[in-house]
Amino acid sequence: MQDMHLDDVVPGCVSQTLTYYDGTERQVLVSDREVPFPEGKLIVSRTDPQGILTHGNQSFVEMSGFSEAELIGQPHQILRHPDMPKAAFKDLWDTLARGEKWTGYVKNLRKDGAYYWVLATVVANVRDGQVVGYTSVRRKPSRQRIDECIEQYRQMIAQESA
Amino acid sequence: MKPYTLTVSPDFMPDYIAGWYIFNTWLQKQLGEAIHVELYNDFASQREAILRDEIDLIYANPFDAAMLVREKGFTAIAAPLNKPDEVVLAVPKQSAVQSIDELAAGLRISRTDDPDVNLIGMMMIESANLTSSNTDVQLVDNYVLVAKALFQEKADVGFFLKEAYHNLSDFVKGQLRVLLTSEIHVVTHVLLAGPRFKDHHDRLQDLLVTMTELEKGAGVLQSMGLDGWKQQTQEDTEFMIDLMDTLQ
Repeated sequence: MQDMHLDDVVPGCVSQTLTYYDGTERQVLVSDREVPFPEGKLIVSRTDPQGILTHGNQSFVEMSGFSEAELIGQPHQILRHPDMPKAAFKDLWDTLARGEKWTGYVKNLRKDGAYYWVLATVVANVRDGQVVGYTSVRRKPSRQRIDECIEQYRQMIAQESA
Repeated sequence: MKPYTLTVSPDFMPDYIAGWYIFNTWLQKQLGEAIHVELYNDFASQREAILRDEIDLIYANPFDAAMLVREKGFTAIAAPLNKPDEVVLAVPKQSAVQSIDELAAGLRISRTDDPDVNLIGMMMIESANLTSSNTDVQLVDNYVLVAKALFQEKADVGFFLKEAYHNLSDFVKGQLRVLLTSEIHVVTHVLLAGPRFKDHHDRLQDLLVTMTELEKGAGVLQSMGLDGWKQQTQEDTEFMIDLMDTLQ
């Protein structure tokens, strides 16, 4: 995945290195600007079994800051924010592997370095007994729960770094 | 041979009851098959009929599509054009509440038994930390009674199918205020056909997607309050079922 570019982001971004589960790294530029979740809408995307984006609705595209063409074919983790602990995504994949749906609060990174919080639910798309992909639906999260997650995720990242 | 049975999700607008009978007459003529219309007063009695395998064609609420497709082997045929199921959350006109975030525990909700509206409605108030466990849900028979509960101040918020809200009289709407309207776009009623109707699936789909061009087709659609039909693939419906699953 390509590193983020200064040309794309809002002023005042800080550079950080994201390390993914497979050891690959990405330089990301992170701002403290939050974009509010759009009222009444759902953010919907689908991936193939490997987590590569295949579809995204208009809200998904708009909130990400990317164009649809820039998103489709990319790994879903293009939206990964460095404030999210690795353990949250491990829990997601472990839960899906058990054939269950996963729900959690996620801080997503936009192309411009800003972020947005979502309450995400991910289900496997099972057709004729086979997992052919995953659907992720995000809705507006509770501010109280976000505040709880900020602290919880901070502690989890500290443990992961120790 | 026993006639096939067509039923319609009980949340259809009462103004269009006659339209569904007209549609059935048109459909029987086009297919050359005997089809009987059976309407149910509520979702529970319709589901019982489905479980008894008494239904062959259904204009289904998206909430029931999962059971019909995945447990009863129904096949997606068509979805209405320009008719997504969106939800209006309304409050009494004089309510002090201006946004979802201002709603608080103990909220009195008036709603019908319409399952997809209730699912989406509850999802929309979830961001205010509201669930069925800290709200007072009042179930009523129809959307006019939801409105009545609001302007009589027996409820703080009402869940409406958007179409039903906008079909309320101007007098009633004048006493209410829209707090939020969903913009989900992809949740829609869908016409499904059961296994006993299998031999007619392709012909039925062809008829519906070209209905506006067929003799009397446009008039029949108008009587049902529909613009037309678009083809609904099985994958379209499976996707909608997956989406509904994430909201439960």
